[in-house]
Amino acid sequence: MVMITALANPKRFLDFSRTIVPWTCATAVILLGVGFYWSLFATPPDYQQGQSVKIMFVHVPAAWMGIFVYGVMASASLVGLVFRHPLADVAAKSAAPLGAAFTALALLTGSLWGRPMWGTYWQWGDARLVSELILLFIYLGYIALWNAIDDPVRAARAAAVLALVGAADVPVIHFSVDWWNTLHQPASILRLGGPTIDKSFLAPLLIMIVGYTFLFLWLWLLRMQTEILERRARSLMMARGA
Amino acid sequence: MTGFFAMGGYAVFVWPAYAVTFTVLIAAIILSLQSHKQAKKAVRELEEEGSVTEDHG
Amino acid sequence: MKAFAALLFRDMRLAFRAGGGASLAAAFFALVAALVPFGVGADLALLGRIAGGVLWVSAALAALLSLDRLFQADFEDGSLDVLALSPLSLEAASAAKILAHWITTGLPLVVLSPVLGLLLNLPAPAYGALVASLLIGTPALSAVGAIGAALTLSIRRGGLILALIVLPLITPALIFGAGAVSGALDETGRGAFLFLAAFSVAAVALSPFASAAGVRLNVGG
Repeated sequence: MVMITALANPKRFLDFSRTIVPWTCATAVILLGVGFYWSLFATPPDYQQGQSVKIMFVHVPAAWMGIFVYGVMASASLVGLVFRHPLADVAAKSAAPLGAAFTALALLTGSLWGRPMWGTYWQWGDARLVSELILLFIYLGYIALWNAIDDPVRAARAAAVLALVGAADVPVIHFSVDWWNTLHQPASILRLGGPTIDKSFLAPLLIMIVGYTFLFLWLWLLRMQTEILERRARSLMMARGA
Repeated sequence: MTGFFAMGGYAVFVWPAYAVTFTVLIAAIILSLQSHKQAKKAVRELEEEGSVTEDHG
Repeated sequence: MKAFAALLFRDMRLAFRAGGGASLAAAFFALVAALVPFGVGADLALLGRIAGGVLWVSAALAALLSLDRLFQADFEDGSLDVLALSPLSLEAASAAKILAHWITTGLPLVVLSPVLGLLLNLPAPAYGALVASLLIGTPALSAVGAIGAALTLSIRRGGLILALIVLPLITPALIFGAGAVSGALDETGRGAFLFLAAFSVAAVALSPFASAAGVRLNVGG
């Protein structure tokens, strides 16, 4: 908490992040390197899904990140609205495109993973996947709102309110989709992943999840630096005009 | 070796999944690095401009 | 209380004027419902099966229509600034506007729905559920829509962005509302009604705060 307030100064944040960014990059590269290799070359086929289970190693981390990043975005939004921390809106704005990308990736890989099981490329019966589709729309609306409002301060606050409203609604949306599915489809057969996952899958899956997280941290810090630099460039240009 | 690429018959699903994953992740990395570089350059140029005009009073 | 009522009646009067949006939403609702058979074919059995869902989607879209002017009209002519300074809190003002929107947009949809149900061959047992679900669910549409309207009020042509941010958020209302209608034909309707009511109550209770926050960030110095 003290660290967050200490980082409120953009210059101090830039200095701090400059030392951290290379480490997050290196950690991400190492973890993902190990993770991808292990997932592709050293995992057995699933007794039910065969080799298609390998898609789990790219789908589950992406899906998790889509939700995790939204949590980051919503938390940053809350800090910005309540505590008026000057970099909170930068943090939220920088996280959004990454979260949207992870969510889109989760949808694409999820579609491919489900195809052998479902016979189609999309199945409304998987509540998690359907909720992720709606989450993607929520991300896109958030990004669109940032871009549509001219005044950056207003845009930041409006986006923050939207992020928090979305955060409250997403669990409700997931619940309603789930309920809707129990109405129309037989339950677990259609869900991605199946009932039991071999224990030997857990380690590479965890490595991938942590690797994706560090990839996010790296790119998020990078984008925050970019945003701060762009704001500095804008103010320099305005001062020049004076 | 061909057995590996065949992925037990699921190749048409597994490989596109990994391909799209690599594409999206690498695109995210490249775009983030590029915009960072551009922003750094812009700030550096504007700051140099500013100090030059200051010297000339 | 008097200020609340004054704002409420003023907004209702404005909505019922020509171009005010009340009749527009009802007409749009009817039009969309009437277009569906052209899209999916005249098979009455099929239409009857999808009627509840079609009417709910149409209602959601129709409710959106007049939302972008909810705060923007007052913002543009300065009355929103006056409102912000008045003794009526922005939260109460938002609540009044939501109520006005529901009365002028939501209620006409409720009244019109049985007629459109006839057009779409809605099965007889489902009519009560249709009217009841729209009655309970349209307040949620107005409430959540108002949040979007407040956040987008400074955006020119903000209607599209408003739709983009509001539609995902009202998914539960759509699911439970349509579920209540189709549930009239089997036993699942009651759960749907309960969840729909819960969602509406929560939306109506919380939206004035979020909407007021949205107005404040646009109006405050």
